[in-house]
Amino acid sequence: MLIKMISIPVTLAFAPLLPGLINKIKAVFAGRQGPPVLQLYFDLFKLLKKGAVYSTTTTWVFRAGPIVSLACLLLASLFVPLAGAYSPLSFPGDVVAFAYLLGMARFITVLAALDTGSSFEGMGASREVTFSILAEPTLFIIFIVLVRCTGSMSLSTMFGQAVSRMPMKFAASLALIVFSLFIVCLAENSRIPVDDPATHLELTMIHEVMVLDHGGPDLAFILYGASIKLFLLVALMAHLILPMDSGDPVRDWTYFGATVAVLTIVIGMVESGMARLRMIRVPRLLTAACMIAIVGMILGMR
Amino acid sequence: MDHLVQIILIGVILTNLVVLGSHPLNTCIRAVALQGVALGVLPLFLHGREWSYHTFLISFMVIGLKGFLIPILLFRAIREAVVRKEQEPLIGFTASLILGGGLVGLGFAVSSGLPLPAEIKSSLLVPVALSTLMIGLLVIVTRVKILTQTLGYLMLENGIFAFGLILTKELPWLIEMGVSLDIFAGIFVMGTLMGHIHEEFNTLSVRKLSSLKG
Repeated sequence: MLIKMISIPVTLAFAPLLPGLINKIKAVFAGRQGPPVLQLYFDLFKLLKKGAVYSTTTTWVFRAGPIVSLACLLLASLFVPLAGAYSPLSFPGDVVAFAYLLGMARFITVLAALDTGSSFEGMGASREVTFSILAEPTLFIIFIVLVRCTGSMSLSTMFGQAVSRMPMKFAASLALIVFSLFIVCLAENSRIPVDDPATHLELTMIHEVMVLDHGGPDLAFILYGASIKLFLLVALMAHLILPMDSGDPVRDWTYFGATVAVLTIVIGMVESGMARLRMIRVPRLLTAACMIAIVGMILGMR
Repeated sequence: MDHLVQIILIGVILTNLVVLGSHPLNTCIRAVALQGVALGVLPLFLHGREWSYHTFLISFMVIGLKGFLIPILLFRAIREAVVRKEQEPLIGFTASLILGGGLVGLGFAVSSGLPLPAEIKSSLLVPVALSTLMIGLLVIVTRVKILTQTLGYLMLENGIFAFGLILTKELPWLIEMGVSLDIFAGIFVMGTLMGHIHEEFNTLSVRKLSSLKG
């Protein structure tokens, strides 16, 4: 029981490392010094010390937004296995719960953005929802394939033991799924090919524009929630790359940490090497990811 | 060996999707060239390690023709006609991607119902061949530019070739030659046609052909 609970502090403590690492990689590629890897921690502490300012047009929805979304993401993090089958909560069918908790977090963020009554925020909300419409079916198709390959309906067995339990004939679908999950991860976390987290030009922003009016602790919650979301999806991807259920915790955690670090570095490299796609092109990218997942599904169904 | 074949065939499916979904013509041509190379490598690994001069020759010829010669010709055609990025699809790229995914599924569905020998039925080769063929047709039907139509024709031909690979041990030389010559003649005609259309209308769009010119 205790060993299962270890993933909660790990998620809470190490999630903000990932954006810092990505920014560091981007800085290295651009030949800059870059912010320190722990920058997000400093930012979070700074923001938590501040007070919040609320516009008079907003209602309780705006204040509930960051809190509810962070709560949803923390709840979702309980289902995700870290380094093998150590997820604190699991029941058959929790994949659906996981997907919809992510959806709920997005939904409340969108509501809070609409609640401000600012046109920019409404625009960002509309874009966010448009792209998530395309990203969510892909996520579900990926889950379907994994259910088919591993024969279980809960995240911790599906991902935690996917690689070692899977029959050899599913190797091809697994590879395709990892690829499309990577694209979904970029889209969900508003990374570069879909959205540029560094830009602050409202016309091109998707996720950042929705949280423009949040400040202080609210913004801290949102940033923290975003980093947790990134951590969760990267953790899921890591499980599909290396087997991590050898039963030796040291080895499992080493593998896990290394894979997560490598995936984060790969995301940083993709961000450095690509430009943001035009808005019109994003649906095509997501559709392509969906089609790749579907091809994986077809291969898995035979 | 079987894994390698599977990887190559999945690569072929992915190149199909690339052709359906990418905007620049260069990318499309490269994807088709890659597909040709993948199909050219296939005969070497399909039937275990019973390599003969025959398989090597087929492989060499297909790689040379589909992977290098035809793409080079197409690139030259692009350069001369100065088209870069204008593909006029009749339906959007996203829609054609979705259709392509559907066609891949259809290929798998149809191939499971075909009366084939058991060991062939279990492999990916037939469904991949069928879906490549159908996606080639889709490209021919939904793209207006003659160059992309040529690409669709090539993909269709790739599908037929992949289907023929099942019998590659017994596939006589003559048929092999005939197929390759067929492609070559097709590309040749297309190239000539391209030149003429470009000279006449200053564009590569086939739509213009419906209006008469003296």
